[in-house]
Amino acid sequence: MTKLIHTIGGLFTAMALFTLMGSAVASDLTTVKIALIEYKDDPRYTHNIMDARYQAQPWGRLSEALILAITESRFAAQKKGVKFVLERHELDALADLSDLIPQLEQEGTSFFMLDLPGEGVRLASTSAKLKTSTLFNLSALDNSLRNEFCQSNLLHIAPSRLMLTDAIAQYLVSKKWNEVLVLYGKGQDDEAYLDSLKVSAKKFGLKLIAEKPFTLGNDPRQRYQNNIALLTGKSNYDVLFVVDSAGEFAVDVPYALLKPRPVVGSSGLVPDWWHWAWERNGAPQVNKRFMKKAKRHMTGYDWSAWLAVKLIAESILRQEQLDTGLIQADIKDATFKIDGAKGYPLNFRTWNNQLRQPVFLTSLNRVINRAPIEGFLHPTNNLDVLGNDKGEGSCHLSVGT
Amino acid sequence: MNKLVKCLQASSLAAFLCLTANADAKTGYVFVSSEKDDVVTVFDAETMNKLTEIKTRERPRAMQLSNDGSLLYVACGDGDTIDVIDVDKLRVKKSIEIGEDPDRFDISPDEKYLYASNEDDGLVTVYDLIKDERVAEIEVGEEPEGVLVSPDNRVVYVTSEVANMVHVIDIETKALVENVVVGNRPRRMMLTQDLRELWVSNEVGGTISVLDTSTYQVTSELSFAPKGIRPENISPVGMVMTKDGKRAYVTLGSANHVAVVDTASHTVLDYILVGKRAWGVSLNSDESKLYVTNGKSDDLAVIDTARLKVIKSVPAGRVPHDVVVDD
Repeated sequence: MTKLIHTIGGLFTAMALFTLMGSAVASDLTTVKIALIEYKDDPRYTHNIMDARYQAQPWGRLSEALILAITESRFAAQKKGVKFVLERHELDALADLSDLIPQLEQEGTSFFMLDLPGEGVRLASTSAKLKTSTLFNLSALDNSLRNEFCQSNLLHIAPSRLMLTDAIAQYLVSKKWNEVLVLYGKGQDDEAYLDSLKVSAKKFGLKLIAEKPFTLGNDPRQRYQNNIALLTGKSNYDVLFVVDSAGEFAVDVPYALLKPRPVVGSSGLVPDWWHWAWERNGAPQVNKRFMKKAKRHMTGYDWSAWLAVKLIAESILRQEQLDTGLIQADIKDATFKIDGAKGYPLNFRTWNNQLRQPVFLTSLNRVINRAPIEGFLHPTNNLDVLGNDKGEGSCHLSVGT
Repeated sequence: MNKLVKCLQASSLAAFLCLTANADAKTGYVFVSSEKDDVVTVFDAETMNKLTEIKTRERPRAMQLSNDGSLLYVACGDGDTIDVIDVDKLRVKKSIEIGEDPDRFDISPDEKYLYASNEDDGLVTVYDLIKDERVAEIEVGEEPEGVLVSPDNRVVYVTSEVANMVHVIDIETKALVENVVVGNRPRRMMLTQDLRELWVSNEVGGTISVLDTSTYQVTSELSFAPKGIRPENISPVGMVMTKDGKRAYVTLGSANHVAVVDTASHTVLDYILVGKRAWGVSLNSDESKLYVTNGKSDDLAVIDTARLKVIKSVPAGRVPHDVVVDD
């Protein structure tokens, strides 16, 4: 407990407090507390990675996107007499979550913006004591969070890894690039990524002709694992899929193959859930507003944060009274609709709380296509051809409701 | 009318001469703005032959004729202007600097003021057409879109696609007097003939919110279900109503259809397949024909309103947006 107070006290200087309100008298306003939870040593946010601008990786922390969405929600806030307060908490250790989350709940925070690695999201969700607390997973792609670790008040805005691998698999099938050579990293994340690719390949009929592990480095003794020409020279394949969650190896793969073949996965053509070059559905306006605020392009991670606040504001706007439990139920309801500036009305899958959404297939400066790819159809909602459909996977939250 | 058509068919140069001679007559033109070509294409309404292209500033979208039909105003989103086309000469006579990214606009009934939504900034710019200057900026929700001045010149209605509201602006005080919550991503508006109902198309919500203009309450919501189309593809945007107020036509965007609506009962009578991403819509003067721009198939569909069938489809530039008929 001492440690907790210390942690929060110690973080107080780093904790930004943003308040935006309507024109009504401050004392009349109901406060809606939103907490952004970040991990100081999050490997996805090292300076090297952010500065490298890898495709589908974060290019900066997510507070700017949250503030932008709060600003955009000012008319809803004004209409409903609500004041949004955003607190930013940076964790020294993921283990601190088990104290921090209940502490914030006690202080009246109902909405948690989790920008954490998968393990952190899991820990945060099990630390929450109140069912009426809503936890938004902004950035962890782990399929396991949508399966064995799913929870009724944990809502996933970032797509699952499976939605991303399904999207690219659909594209490859539509181009008849059916024979795929896979290079994969050896870390846990890459193993999970590779598993996901295998599921997608089976689902859509891709043939993974070989899966070869790669190693980062220049050691000549490991040349068959670190030399891209040697890794790719002997096989016959239509397309190369590089599985690299970190992106450092993948960035060098295009143009380095021995055969002239397209590269997809973690570089080349990359599935992503937002892209600054998308020019339809009002996306240019969102991108311009974000650029003005953050002085950089908006990523999928930023989009997650932006959308999470918009979900809350949209629900508040349509509720008679402000009740955090009702807001959560409303957001999760099958009839809920939100505009995410990617086309299609978006809402959550009732069986695993995953946001239904299109996935972009992107090059560095262009959205090449948007999945679901034309021709991939679903009996009820076409967006459900990406990721776990109802009855698939091990999470069945909607059963009995 | 017959004389005019003959003139047009002779040659385009001769046509201009004839038109100058008949200043009050309708021109027989159909204008289509094309977002990616930076032109307004002019068609002969009778034959649907392309007559000419008028170069505009970047990304022309919404268009509106002056009361006497001599001027065509065109909002150029990336040009940050409202271009004013001289309809006789078929060229831009001036470009009004209207602020960043003008989306749609409306002109007061007395033609003294023009109200434009600035999509990027969340503003409505008020432009004095007599003094030729910007006179006010009014803050509204992000991505303002539809702009409609009430015929009594008392209020301006503006939709915000982000706030999901219709802002009601008092013209006298320039203050927001009401913020009415409507469906998701509200786009365009129209008033019924008796001015009692304001219809608002909700692109992402897939519906039309009907507002009572005296209480500003949403009194009903229209939804659409063309056969074989997924609900997520139904994105109503453009709307037009017949002069007798009995029938409305609504373009359904990605559903590629136009809905024909009985306004009194709020029921859909029919759906007409038109082209990809049906967007802008306009009726000709005797309401025998309906014109629809299809943004993703780069064409303009002409519909016979008696049979409710497409009778012609013509190429209309890259990403045709709005259509204005002057026949």
